Amino acid sequence: MSGTIDKPRLSRAHSLDLLKQMIRIRRFEEKCVELYTLEKIRGFLHLYDGEEAVAVGVIPVLEQRDRIVATYREHGQALVRGVPMTTVLAEMFGKQQGCSGGRGGSMHLFDRATNFYGGNAIVGGGLPLAVGVALADHMRGEDVVTACFFGDGAVAEGEFHESLNLAALWSLPVLLVCENNLYGMGTALAIAESETDIHLKAQSYRITAEVIDGMDVVAVEAAARRAIGAVRETSKPYFLECRTYRFRAHSMFDAQLYRDKSEVEAWRQKDPIVRFRGWLESNHMIHPEEEARIEADVAAEIAAAAAFAEAGTWEPVEHLTRFTYAEIVS
Amino acid sequence: MPSLGADMEAGTLVEWIVKPGDRVKRGDIVAVVETQKGAIEIEIFETGQVDQMLVSVGTKVPVGTPLARIRSDKEAVAGLAAPPQVAEVTAPAAAPAAAPTMPLPAAPRPQIVVAVGAGGRIRASPAARRLASTRGIDLSAVVGSGPFGAVIRVDVERSGAVVTPLAEKRHVIGLDLNAMRAAIAAAMARSKREIPHYYLEHQVDMTGCEEFLSRVNAGRPPENRLLMGALAVKAVAAAARRFPAFNGFYQDGQFTASPDVHTGVAIAIRGGGLAAPAIHDSDQLTLDDLMARMRDLIQRVRAGRIRGSEMADSTITVSSVGERGVETLFGIIYPPQVAIVGFGKVVVRPWIFDGSVVPRSVVTVTLAADHRVSDGHAGGLFLAEIGELLQEPDKL
Amino acid sequence: MLQRQTPSEAKEITYREAVREAIRDALTRDQRVFLMGEDVGRYGGCYAVTKGLLAEFGPERIRDTPLSESGFTGAGIGAAMAGMRPIVELMTVNFSLLALDQILNNAATIRHMSGNQFGVPLVIRLATGAGRQVAAQHSHSLEGWYAHIPGVKVLAPATIQDARGMLWTALEDPDPVLIFENVMLYNMTGKLAADAGPVDIDKAAVRRIGRDITLITYGGSLWKTLDAAATLAADNIEAEVIDLRSLRPLDDQTIMASVTKTRRAVIVDEGWRSGSLAAEVCTRIVERAFWELDAPIGRVCSEEVPIPYARHLEEAAIPQAPKIVAAAKAALART
Repeated sequence: MSGTIDKPRLSRAHSLDLLKQMIRIRRFEEKCVELYTLEKIRGFLHLYDGEEAVAVGVIPVLEQRDRIVATYREHGQALVRGVPMTTVLAEMFGKQQGCSGGRGGSMHLFDRATNFYGGNAIVGGGLPLAVGVALADHMRGEDVVTACFFGDGAVAEGEFHESLNLAALWSLPVLLVCENNLYGMGTALAIAESETDIHLKAQSYRITAEVIDGMDVVAVEAAARRAIGAVRETSKPYFLECRTYRFRAHSMFDAQLYRDKSEVEAWRQKDPIVRFRGWLESNHMIHPEEEARIEADVAAEIAAAAAFAEAGTWEPVEHLTRFTYAEIVS
Repeated sequence: MPSLGADMEAGTLVEWIVKPGDRVKRGDIVAVVETQKGAIEIEIFETGQVDQMLVSVGTKVPVGTPLARIRSDKEAVAGLAAPPQVAEVTAPAAAPAAAPTMPLPAAPRPQIVVAVGAGGRIRASPAARRLASTRGIDLSAVVGSGPFGAVIRVDVERSGAVVTPLAEKRHVIGLDLNAMRAAIAAAMARSKREIPHYYLEHQVDMTGCEEFLSRVNAGRPPENRLLMGALAVKAVAAAARRFPAFNGFYQDGQFTASPDVHTGVAIAIRGGGLAAPAIHDSDQLTLDDLMARMRDLIQRVRAGRIRGSEMADSTITVSSVGERGVETLFGIIYPPQVAIVGFGKVVVRPWIFDGSVVPRSVVTVTLAADHRVSDGHAGGLFLAEIGELLQEPDKL
Repeated sequence: MLQRQTPSEAKEITYREAVREAIRDALTRDQRVFLMGEDVGRYGGCYAVTKGLLAEFGPERIRDTPLSESGFTGAGIGAAMAGMRPIVELMTVNFSLLALDQILNNAATIRHMSGNQFGVPLVIRLATGAGRQVAAQHSHSLEGWYAHIPGVKVLAPATIQDARGMLWTALEDPDPVLIFENVMLYNMTGKLAADAGPVDIDKAAVRRIGRDITLITYGGSLWKTLDAAATLAADNIEAEVIDLRSLRPLDDQTIMASVTKTRRAVIVDEGWRSGSLAAEVCTRIVERAFWELDAPIGRVCSEEVPIPYARHLEEAAIPQAPKIVAAAKAALART
């Protein structure tokens, strides 16, 4: 770690913000569960409980001009990035007020205003896209970082290797964030990869790589500052393996036959929100009233988003074939 | 019963983790549900006190069925895992808000309509075309009920098998006897409906013809021999030349005499078919030529190789029962013709000849004619003329 | 009669050179354009299309890629989303299968999934077709498969003018365009006007006017179809030949106008017969011009077999002029 690279400034304000961002994601995901059981949200729903520290640690370090490519488990990334909760939830309801016009759903949140390039549902499919987006910036000589979030499952796909190779070969400004939650759907990492230290694979492509505790938001932010600073300075890719865990199932309809409850419980002891809140409390950086206000603010925002989504309207069926091709306005 | 997946339709409650009276808060696990994927714990989204279980352990219920009643801290009563607007216990889950239903698939974009122009093209389906050519029907005369006024098969069937002059000669490949029978039925029914037939009968001494034939045929190979039928046809044709009221077409309320005499010869087809193709200009042909034409026609009819034009333009028809038939044949006029001459079989009768009773070969010739065009007086003269002509076969 | 321009100052060039000029023109006109693919730079291109371009435009704009079809096609998609105008060269349609996920699940769908926020103005060029005895894995004609997908456009330039002119129009299109160049056409020579420029990419062209039957085809099969038309003319059968040029979207108007005139059609398509693009064209004719037809619609496609190595077998497996002649005569009920 170089001395000139920023360390997270753990001011009180910043700390409360980190906590609030994580809580905001957690409560939002809980609301999604409820709405899904009520069939307001349909199709597939993949929740981020337990992994909040990764999105919250990385994304605020990015600039507005930077870009994000994410997976189908992207509510947390979208919310932290600033995609309005109202349009995110409306999208999941399928309403045309959603951030993707109701056309994408939970797995395909896109937002041009915040440079949020989806929401990609093919495991590993976003990696080549991120490489391409970074290639464009590189060719134009622009100081832009593209952050690509993907899971441990993507590591097995050929596209992972092709993308890392290209990024390193062509020296592209990609921040590769691997959210290693130890399971690719129902398959444990240990039975999917001969080498389970994922960051070593990145190093084999001559990419600077670190492994960090993904349940510690401060550690994640520190690593993100190092990494993003390096990418900007060297215009080379950087790899962060964040070791984390998802408390809920892969998706809603998952009986979790592949893992023990005791394992889940053990990881819940490392809940990033609980840990960080506990640390703040023991350092007298937060009062109960502030915690209560955070919860209340988040609850209010979620209720408003739910009302917004509920009040949203359906795109007319006559518009079905729109947006297959660009519409030329003459 | 919560929806836990896109393809979950029902679940079986296998365990209650809470009981009436327990306090629960949002996020607590309260029950276990068995699904096709395995057992899944379900959580509650209300905070309050458990009031009453609505579904017992072991029951399978559809998604959306309320499982328990919770006395919420906020409200008096709320349902667990029930869509807010479901009133009854057993209502199955349905999309809560009225989602727009998909309309039927949009009709294909409108066909490219090209004006029927050059060549007077007729739009007709393959099935219609086939039937029309089998029956010798002119498609341009058929009203179409298909798209763009196209003629479809049922239009041809309904058109009544009108045998009108066709615009072009075409080959008919094969004959569909069922279709032919149907066409005959339609034509004959129409004839009887529309044409006021009158009938005349005349006995004609054919002995001279027989002697003529014996003389002429002696020394001829069978395929060159003249038959009685040729004499009959020639006599009718020659008479028709002199009695135009029996040679032409009645259409649209008026009769048009034909300048040509194309005698239709009724030919029976094995299997129950009947065709009456025309011998063109039969009054101009020599007996040998006429005979050759008849042979050719008979052969081609029976092989199904008749041209449409041959079927269409007879101006008068001759029908004969042949040697094994009955003595008298009363025909039905083929519309739009106005006469049909029928020949019974030749029998030997006692006859007055030169003042004595002698055995002579005699045939009964009949005329069925359209009373809108001719009357019995003219018919009698016409029939008598045929008889006269047959007394001098060498002049035919 | 072959429809061709009477160009002023026309020069004789090959199809390959016409494509190269199109690429050079695009790179010169628009700094956002760059080309990447396997062996496009130092090797000069598998079919020598890009020979000399690396020296002229440098390694940033003519990028040799590793053998990572999915990776660099996805990269092309991402770069297009972020404002560049890449040309991805997939060496052949045979290898494009490795990039099918990126093409279908990303290029074709991103505009739709994002509610029209992001488009993918990408051009992918691919070589296609059989005829060089390179056997089953290197001889596919899968342009019909790609024409199945909403969200992409599919082109098949068969003439020198189209090889030169379609690329620029495709690069200007805000949506992904796939251009299929038949391998048998690269050596073809013809005249090109000195000022030849962009052409449309959504209309079929009537390459030969006729009245007795319509022969509909595209790509490498165009020239065999024109040969067949010449043979038919000797038998007093005047065939009208339509070059589809765009396989998605299909130019229904031109097709139906021709079939309405001639009342008979045969479709020539180098894809395998079952589920071919020819089947799609045939069905459209049935849907829109049924009442004009005088005969069933015929197809001449590749036989139901992986393309064999031996020359006589390969020739028998793909459409040839005699088969087209026979199919036309069958439609006219003549032998």
